[in-house]
Amino acid sequence: MSRYSRHIQLAEIGADGQQKISTAKVLVVGAGGLGCPVLQYLTAAGVGTLGIIDFDVVEESNLQRQVLFGTSSLGMNKAIAAKIRLKDLNPTITINAYSEKLTAENAMTICALYDIIVDGSDTIATRYLINDAAILSGKPVVYGAIYKFEGQVAVFNYKEGPTYRCLFPTPPKTGAVANCAEIGVLGVLPGIIGCMQASEVLKMIVGLPGVLSGKLLCYHSQTGQTTLLSIPKLNHEFNAALIQSGRLLNDYELSCENFITDISTVDALQKRNAIFIDVREYGETPDLNFPNNKQIPLSELEHRLVEFETKAIYIIYCASGIRSLKAIERLQHRFDHRFYNLKEGAIALQEQLKIHHE
Amino acid sequence: MKLNIKYFGLLAEITQCSEETLSFSKETVADLLAELFQKYPDLQSKDFQVAHQQEIVAKQTKITHPEIALLPPFSGG
Repeated sequence: MSRYSRHIQLAEIGADGQQKISTAKVLVVGAGGLGCPVLQYLTAAGVGTLGIIDFDVVEESNLQRQVLFGTSSLGMNKAIAAKIRLKDLNPTITINAYSEKLTAENAMTICALYDIIVDGSDTIATRYLINDAAILSGKPVVYGAIYKFEGQVAVFNYKEGPTYRCLFPTPPKTGAVANCAEIGVLGVLPGIIGCMQASEVLKMIVGLPGVLSGKLLCYHSQTGQTTLLSIPKLNHEFNAALIQSGRLLNDYELSCENFITDISTVDALQKRNAIFIDVREYGETPDLNFPNNKQIPLSELEHRLVEFETKAIYIIYCASGIRSLKAIERLQHRFDHRFYNLKEGAIALQEQLKIHHE
Repeated sequence: MKLNIKYFGLLAEITQCSEETLSFSKETVADLLAELFQKYPDLQSKDFQVAHQQEIVAKQTKITHPEIALLPPFSGG
């Protein structure tokens, strides 16, 4: 046990604490900027079982901050590449690599195998999925998220404490949040935030006081300022409904991030050869008739999928942009084509068509 | 009352500052947001939460303390 002697020497951890660490099971979602330091420190600490889930492969642009990977990892799945490196760091622990995406289908099965879930994901949709899976399986989540030079850390759903939905009750509007791939990030920042997450994991395992439950720690690497905010427990209704249904939602990707691309009427009419699909029901006004426009009511969509076989750019619209989102969610499951959501709806389209023809 | 308002993440890019002091004579968080939307129209299209005295609060909360923070969700990992 000399490997862990510096932990054991701490009165607050001791042999008992180290024993708890060696039997703990922790799932790390995302082996990216946050996941790498979390995995590195939890492996070194001797966490008995670590799960790593990531569907992505290591790219050269990851190496600036994802410190488990080297040039020899390029092109490999991140979960598998991380496991190889971690096995060398500490061969005494069990590491399960899942080279797949965490989805509403697999989340409950995988989460059931672990005591604590670490959120090192990089999309808002996955963050809500992790939150809800944690509520349903009764596991705490150690949340971390970054933006350029700033990071956030919190512990959710710990001993009935607040959840991510208490902080941000509903997913943000499309395109309102960007990820590192789009905007850049200071390489060391996820290292700092990920280490804070690893620290929270160990505090919970050992039973140390001061877990960041119900608190959001905001860190700014340029000013060195940390701000600690309290998160009240909210949204009992949502959690109650979720627990009562006993299952995850099926639309985590819907309207999160840029998964569905909104388009304005002006831009839509400038897309050459785009096919406009009206998913309103028959008889809804205004009645629109123009080239490349076709009505496929949402209620008939399931039976008329064959009409989308042609590879093309599709612009989907309804009255207000809600049914069109549902249609796109269904279509994206089936086809690789580019689907745009005309968020302004049929009336705006009618007006723009008049201008367009003048 | 003089308020000290902190802006996090992309909100600081809209306001061009991470912190500022503003005079406020109305009542609630919603009143303050209406004033901020006048000053920074681009804030309106963003999602964020408001902290008052280091606690995330609802929009109808009465402002009694000078420390305010505007906090958007981060997605990066």
